[in-house]
Amino acid sequence: MNRLIILPVLVPLTTALIMLLLPRRIAVHRLLGVLSTLLLSVVSVILLNSVLSGGILSLQAGGWAAPFGITMVVDTFSCIMLAMASLIGLTTAIYSIGSVDEKQEHNFYHPLIQLLLMGINGAFLTGDIFNLYVWFEVMLISSFVLLVLEGKPEQFEGAIKYVTLNLLSSAIFLAAVGILYGMAGTLNMADLAMRLPMLEHRELLSVAAVLFLITFGIKAAVFPLFFWLPASYHTPHVAVSAIFAGLLTKVGVYAIIRFFTTIFTLESTPFIHHILLWVSAFTMVTGVLGAVAQYDLRKLLSFHIISQIGYMIFAIAIQSPLAIAGGLLFIVHNIAAKTNLFYLSGIIRLLSGSWNLRQIGGLYATYPLLGLLFLVPALALAGIPPLSGFWAKLTVIQAGLEAQQWLAVSVALMVSILTLYSMIKIWNEAFLKDNPLSGDEGQRGREYHGLSAGKKTALIAPAIILAMFTIVSGLWFEPFFILAKGASLELLDAGIYSKAVTGGIP
Amino acid sequence: MRVLLPVIIGLLYATGIYLILRRSMVKVIFGLVVLGHAANLMIFTVGRLTKGSPAFVPHGATGIAEPFADPLPQALILTAIVIGFGIQAFTIALFKKTCQSLKTEDLDEMRNTDQLEKESP
Repeated sequence: MNRLIILPVLVPLTTALIMLLLPRRIAVHRLLGVLSTLLLSVVSVILLNSVLSGGILSLQAGGWAAPFGITMVVDTFSCIMLAMASLIGLTTAIYSIGSVDEKQEHNFYHPLIQLLLMGINGAFLTGDIFNLYVWFEVMLISSFVLLVLEGKPEQFEGAIKYVTLNLLSSAIFLAAVGILYGMAGTLNMADLAMRLPMLEHRELLSVAAVLFLITFGIKAAVFPLFFWLPASYHTPHVAVSAIFAGLLTKVGVYAIIRFFTTIFTLESTPFIHHILLWVSAFTMVTGVLGAVAQYDLRKLLSFHIISQIGYMIFAIAIQSPLAIAGGLLFIVHNIAAKTNLFYLSGIIRLLSGSWNLRQIGGLYATYPLLGLLFLVPALALAGIPPLSGFWAKLTVIQAGLEAQQWLAVSVALMVSILTLYSMIKIWNEAFLKDNPLSGDEGQRGREYHGLSAGKKTALIAPAIILAMFTIVSGLWFEPFFILAKGASLELLDAGIYSKAVTGGIP
Repeated sequence: MRVLLPVIIGLLYATGIYLILRRSMVKVIFGLVVLGHAANLMIFTVGRLTKGSPAFVPHGATGIAEPFADPLPQALILTAIVIGFGIQAFTIALFKKTCQSLKTEDLDEMRNTDQLEKESP
């Protein structure tokens, strides 16, 4: 069973290699992309099942015992993230068939998506901080290429900001790994978790913790470090935007949760959680205020990513079992809802020929079902019951009240209202108001109606799948909550993790 | 060496940060390269510096005599250098394409994607 752990990395790698060996067979690329992500979903469900029944699984690469070799670990948290990554991978693979044009597909679009998924899965699986750096780089280099694949000037400009800030974060990460290794003499997360409380010379511990916080803060786009995100996420092709929005920042959040629950605990670096609390409040507010000002559909949604990251950071800052569970639920809800909104924004663009809300209008009159489909993730994002976002937000806010963080809780509630406002803004502008370009009715939706029936299905199906997920996880919330609660208890008790990886030997 | 290396690392960090704050794209690339080197050298020093005592267990012995340098950080740096090399090569290509596409290498002129009313492509 333990050998299965390598599959989430191996499957996308093999798929990408096969695709690269058949560079001209676009039909094969499409088929393989869907098949590989389907296989990934099956693997992640099997892994989740075996972790739930048999506890944390670990794989020691090459048979070297835990602190010396390269370790891959899956606990419940990793499994949840893997499952979400494969869901988004699958829907993006389908959506790409409908939306990505052949020129980009010939420029190795599909293999790059597979390599991106490999980097993301690797980051979720690894139990070694240097390996986490390596997986981050794998993920980044694929995302760099995907960002500029179409070669438009705006994409280059966005990419410069994205690349520079992410490379800076990598340099900081490397320095932090060096400092931590110098103190503890190990890179294995489980081993670090055991050794850090017993360190004699702990002067540099806070330096390392803050450096890690900055690194992952840049990746997760938290308050003072988010500038690369709204500058670049609206430039690539919309399928690329969607997978970035769903998964990349969440890998940063994953790393923050992993580091500041398992490795750096509340006892060893208590000030980190104060910083996180302030960061979360500012992230929520700046993100949503940025979104409210925008009229470009994708820029608006990009700013929302930042705002939603704030809720996740808030949950980490409180760090009670309920808060972490709420944070995990929020990540799951947000990955599905956010990606879905980007998919739908791509469809709106095809129907109306513009990203600018001022030039779009009257979509509800012609496409009422699309309107309903849009409302599901939009209302979930604002936290309207009974959709998934409501429960996730409720859990986080409940945990905030229990921790008596009145100020941050009121900020979170205010931000919800502004989120609702900006979702209603999209609704009003794109769906309800009359079409501002009524003169050339014939022009509208030409791009969409020119597509074949198969391509149309490939565009709509992912949005329906994710909307179903949002509805089902809202109506049938209990199993999700139990899962998240289990994962959070596992995260907060570093002993379980360490014991499972190193076999209990200090 | 014990004094010299920390000073060099500090200088490299200072240079790197100064360079990435410049407006010219070429200087920013150099800044990123230098910052990578600074981090690598720091990991190297963390593994202790010794002269003439390799970290091998001699034939017949059961352990190594102190002082010896930890070989793991050196392996880490090798990996980091290789990754850094690949990424820097890509970055230079990207910056070159950007220069050609935008007809400028002044970072202050690249604010189209941040502006409120500019439409995305």
